[in-house]
Amino acid sequence: MYIIVVGAGKVGWNLARELLEKEHEVTVIENNRRRYLTVEQELEHNVSYGDASELWVLERAGIERADMVIAVTGDDEDNMLICQVAREKYSVERVIARVNNPRNKPHFDLLGIKPSVSATDLILRLLEHEVPEYGLVHLLDLQEEQLEIIEMLLGKDSGVTGRRVGDLEMPEGSLLISVLRNGKGFVPVADTVLEVGDEVLAVLDPGHEEQLKNMFAPSGDNGSGDRSE
Amino acid sequence: MLREGHEVSCLDEDPESHARLEVGLDKGWEDLGGQFTVGAGLETDALLAAGIEHADAFIASTDGDNTNIVIAQIAQRRYNVPTVIARILDPLRAEWYERQGLHTVCPTRVAIDMLESAVREGAPRGGAPDDPAEAA
Repeated sequence: MYIIVVGAGKVGWNLARELLEKEHEVTVIENNRRRYLTVEQELEHNVSYGDASELWVLERAGIERADMVIAVTGDDEDNMLICQVAREKYSVERVIARVNNPRNKPHFDLLGIKPSVSATDLILRLLEHEVPEYGLVHLLDLQEEQLEIIEMLLGKDSGVTGRRVGDLEMPEGSLLISVLRNGKGFVPVADTVLEVGDEVLAVLDPGHEEQLKNMFAPSGDNGSGDRSE
Repeated sequence: MLREGHEVSCLDEDPESHARLEVGLDKGWEDLGGQFTVGAGLETDALLAAGIEHADAFIASTDGDNTNIVIAQIAQRRYNVPTVIARILDPLRAEWYERQGLHTVCPTRVAIDMLESAVREGAPRGGAPDDPAEAA
């Protein structure tokens, strides 16, 4: 694949390195002269100097034949527009943009730039996973498919422990897909009885989190789910 | 535009630029019916505070092309402002975005055209530069 990476910061440089190792053809575009010279010592002809916001710089890098453009500069507007131009003007099939400020994420969505990756979001997800403050962890959003997968840890306050899965009145559009117990995962059946300490995964239509949260009252919630009722 | 009786709202990151608005005015900006909001153009809250939801026209003229292109598209697509204009210095991109349905003003293009016509008009009056090759 021919991949253009815009921005030779820590992310861009290391990304380029890995992609080259996987034997892709890579051009990194960097607009800071000093940074360019540093990176050029290692990546040599795989790095190009210029402002990728400018069309001729993209053209010089061969954007017309690029299979993928990855914009990972520290500037969200740059990342957005580079991807927009790559896709809409040069018909690059796949683009990936880095979101520096998570508050700009809706702007990426508005311009149809996806996927967009936010380090803040990734860390937040990890944090939620490690320290389940909200009890309910988003594992995966399948935006196109209109589905999401969440994880809930059942504490002793949860109303569903000790009950058969078959007896639970699951909200429409939601399904328990697995239970993690004592480090092992299994697919629950109607006769499965939920226990304190179980981590349950559910797949659901977006917008059903609250219902599930109220029902399972996952721990980490500090019981606020109940108190607010 | 304020003088013509339009309602004008300015959004700027720098609170100091309010003073610039009042240069040459005999009354304060707000006294004349103007509005001024401090904030970044990419911030939804700032755009709302500046009144983007009921704007008839939106002009993105910050000193950054990319910011202008992004905000203009937000005004167009999210807030459905009927008239949206973006200042884009880069002539190539101004041309492309214009073709994508964004109204753009390219000061570089305007300056090039003006300079060019100044040269064309000026050349005969100033006389052609001495060129031995041509004289020969």
